Formats: sequence, C-alpha cells, structure tokens
Amino acid sequence: MSKFFRFPKSLKKTLFHYCPGCHHSIVHRLLCEVIDELKIQEKSVGIASIGCACFLYFYIDVDILEAPHGRACAAATGIKRAKPELIVFTYQGDGDFAAIGFNESFHSALRGEKITAIMINNTVYGMTGGQLSPTTVPGQKTTTTPEGRDPNFWGYPPKIAEIFAGLDGVAFSGRFAVNTPKRVLETKKALKKAFLAQIHNLGFGYIEILSACPVNWKLDPVNANKKVDELIKFFPLGTFKDKIKEKEE
Amino acid sequence: MKAKKVLVKGVEAIALGALEADCKCYFGYPITPQNEIPELMARELPKRGGVFLQAESELAAINMVLGACATGVRAMTSSSSPGISLMCESFSYIAALELPAVIVNVMRGGPGLGGIEASQGDYFQAVKGSGHGDFHFMVLAPYNVQEAYELTVKAFEFAEKYRNPVMILSDAILGQMKEPLILKKLKIKKYPTDTWALTGAKGRPSRIIKSLFLDSKELKERNLKLYKKYQKMKEDVLFENLVNEEDEIVVVAFGSMARIAKEACLNLRKKGYKVGFFRPITLFPFPEKTIQDIIKGAKNQLKFVVAELNCGQMVEDVKLAVNGKAPVISLPYPPSVIPFPEELEKDIINV
Repeated sequence: MSKFFRFPKSLKKTLFHYCPGCHHSIVHRLLCEVIDELKIQEKSVGIASIGCACFLYFYIDVDILEAPHGRACAAATGIKRAKPELIVFTYQGDGDFAAIGFNESFHSALRGEKITAIMINNTVYGMTGGQLSPTTVPGQKTTTTPEGRDPNFWGYPPKIAEIFAGLDGVAFSGRFAVNTPKRVLETKKALKKAFLAQIHNLGFGYIEILSACPVNWKLDPVNANKKVDELIKFFPLGTFKDKIKEKEE
Repeated sequence: MKAKKVLVKGVEAIALGALEADCKCYFGYPITPQNEIPELMARELPKRGGVFLQAESELAAINMVLGACATGVRAMTSSSSPGISLMCESFSYIAALELPAVIVNVMRGGPGLGGIEASQGDYFQAVKGSGHGDFHFMVLAPYNVQEAYELTVKAFEFAEKYRNPVMILSDAILGQMKEPLILKKLKIKKYPTDTWALTGAKGRPSRIIKSLFLDSKELKERNLKLYKKYQKMKEDVLFENLVNEEDEIVVVAFGSMARIAKEACLNLRKKGYKVGFFRPITLFPFPEKTIQDIIKGAKNQLKFVVAELNCGQMVEDVKLAVNGKAPVISLPYPPSVIPFPEELEKDIINV
C-alpha cells in the first residue's frame, strides 16, 4: 500500500509552543510540505523574525537566521545577494512586516528581491499581549484600543497584498486563510507559487495568511476560527498578482 | 614586482583595502564625508564578482550586512556619525550573533546633524558598545592613508578570527585628505567559516544563528563567552609607542589628532622638552598594559596629556589605564577647525 500522507521531512518532530487554536502551526506544516515537494530543504535559509514565530528554528529543519525586529527582508536581501543559489524566505507577523519593518519589506519588494516573504496577519501584536497592529480592523478592540480602533484617530489598516501586487518587482502576491480545509489547500498552492516566483527568478514572492489569535482575541479556538471569516470582509482573499501563471500561459 | 603607488583619499584607501581583503559585499546609504567608499565599491565590486547595493536606509544596509555575513562571505558597510547611530540596534545583534562584519565610521561633527568637519566625538559610541547589552566592537583607528588601507585588511581578518564586528574609526580629515598610498600586496589571512555559516543544510544538520536565549543560565553563559572573547582580543592590541624613559610628559592621541600631536611632540623634543608620544591603534581593546609599562619604566614622575577632537572621551580610558599613578590632563578640541601643531605645542607646554 502506498503512503499518501506523511509527516513532512523538514518539520522537526517536536511539540509546538503555540497557543491552542493558533494558525501558526498549520502554516508551519504547509511550509514544510512545500519545502519538501520543491526539494529545497538543503538549499533553504529561513529568517525568523520577532514575534510569536521567532521560534521558527525549533520547528523548521532548514538553516535559520534570527533577524532584528522588522529587518527580516533586509537580512534576507543580504543572504540572497551574497549567495543567489540559496532559497531564502522570511516568516513574519503583521507588526514585524507591516509596522516596524514596512520600509524594509516595501523596498525589498520594489527591488524585486528574489526572496519569499510570508506574513501572518492576525491583526494584533500577539507575543506582547494583543496590542494594536497596523492591520487591526476598524472597530476591533485591542489592549491599546480598548474602545475599538477608531479610523478617525488611528487611520486604516493597509491592504499589503493588494499594494504589493501593484509593484513591478513583485512576482506573486496574494492573501489566504487556513480556517477551512479548502482554504488550507488553497494556501498551500499559493505558498508554493510564492516560492516558485523565487525559484524561477521572477521576483519578490509575497503571501499573506489571515490567522486566528484566540488568546488575544479573547475567543475560544472554534470561535476564533469563525472570526477569520469576518476579517475576510475587510481583507479579501485571493491572488492579486501571479507572474508564474502569466509565464505558464 | 614593485607595488603600485597611487595618490588617493583616506576613504578611497579604505575601499581599496576592502577589495584587497576580498570583501565580496558592500551595502550602504549615502552620507558625507564618506561617499567615495560606496562610489568606488559600486565601480569595482561587480567587476570582481562581488555585490554592491545601495540600501533604502542605514537600518536596511546594516541588516543586509548581517544577512550576507551569516553566509560566511566578507561583507561591509560604511557611514558617518548620524548614519552609524541608526545602525546601533543591529550592531548589538551582529555582536550577539557573532558575525564578522566590518563597519567604517568616518566621523563628522555632532551631536545631532552637527556638521561635516572632522571630529572624534563618536569615541564613546565606538568603544563602549553602541547598542543594548554587554558587547564590544574591535575598534581600529588609522592615522594616515597607508594605515587606512592596511588596517582595513586587518579589520576583515580580525572580524573573521574573532567572529565579531570590527569598526574602522576614521574621520572627515583623515577620510578626505589625499596622500600617496603604496598598494602593497598583503598576505590575506582567512579563517574557516564553513563550521558555522548558513549555506543550506546539505550533508549536515541544519544550523541556527540566533541571539534569543530565554533560559537564564544559557544567556549568562552566552554573555560570559562573549566576555572571554573580548579578553582574548587583547593579544592583538596595536599601538605606536614613542615614549623614552626620561620623558616627563606623555601625549596620548589617536586618528587624525595623533598626526598633529606626533608632530607637536617631535618639535618639542627638538626644543629640549622631555615629551613622549603614545598612539593607541586598537581603541578596543585599549592598550592599557602598555600604558602601565610606560609608567613602570619611567625615570621621572609622568604626566599624561590626552588630546582629542572632542570634549574629552578617550581621556577616561587613559585614566583607567593609568589607575591613579600619574595625573591625566584632557586637551579637548571640539569639532571646529583642527589645531595646528604649533597651537598644540603651546597647549602641551602650558600643561
């Protein structure tokens, strides 16, 4: 009998430290499946950024560098430019990618760096206890917006996937979610494309994944999972740019 | 073959030294008075199979250096005082990650935007660890164009030897003046990087380069490991010692100020004054043992005079080295027009 489902080779056999209902662990597994399927485990270097997923290196069995807060795309640029034969990816939260590191993220995309950036968007600063993030949606309560995010005071969250799709240096950009089995499969396909953009030397590969943060959303895992559907109203899912598809056509 | 002789600026000598040392990556952001370094690297590095990239900010530049160094290639950046301040967070990370980065600071006047004249106002920042946590650069201070070239080569060697960031501390005068440079073919020492660099986990277990240690015992051990490394660096301490046993005054200066001080001291000697000259070349590690040896070997009661292009910074390290065994007097020259040797002679005599 042939095996059709197995533990990913590049996923370390250890327990995740993530809270119950957190989507990081789903995305970690998908990332490892993609690394295995593309056979890039031995030439990948990942960047762990500051946030809940800083411990990426405890789970993903590839070479990993820990970058200062927000500077993942700059560090990835340094690695890729020094060793273009490596496959370089960053794994960042919304605070790391879109707040403190926005300039590095944006300019790496503008330069069309041949790297893959994964942004986990859970609309809050998870590790520090649920403060306002750039991607906190209007009305959303956080520990630093106890009355809810008022756009008149705080402005609006950035739609990074749509913005990056408009940049010439970007080869793949899309927003996905992992709160239903169908979406998990779609996310995996997109994740693969975000790597293929790099492998085919087409440009910057960007994938944003809406993720539940039950603890900081103050919901149980089931309701946090459902809550992701509400975020989709503000952050629509889909592929906004796909040069790989264009190339294939 | 006779080595080629060229007339170049101090900053160009640094760039030429980096190329000689087989630096493969340069990342930087423009700032006066060091733009000749990125400009020369932009012309020369691609020809040699290297990478030149102008970053969107100093923050990005230093983190590109961080990334490139993590793969084991020789990488550098250069900037001037305000730009260096922007990189300080990442200096701490680079030291913690034990990456062999080379950083050039061509100092200009501060604080704030300051000015673009020569200054040595960043001594504290360079020597005392310009970022959070307990860490040090190795700091090299050239005082002429030839030394700027040769110390840059050494900077890459030391960085790799100790797996620690090395800073070349120059300034606007030293950077912008032209002098003949003999392009010596130096024997470049290389240290293995394949035992730690991130190059993809092929035929070996995957590697992690990180600075987060939540376990307090682990963090303590980490700090002690770094401390031991800083102690070990003392074996590579560099200095120029022109102090005689009969001297009564020792003038201590580094970098461009040392040029002026050395001439002033030699002039005073000709006039019969018993004045010696001491120049630290490594500012960290500081040549404290040599200063103690000078005191031990002196026939007369010594007086130390520390001349700097700031309001008195290195004087603190001289005081620590002298350890109360002799008076230490500061001769501060804040950023402005640099003094002539004659002015310095008068100031030394007044002391």
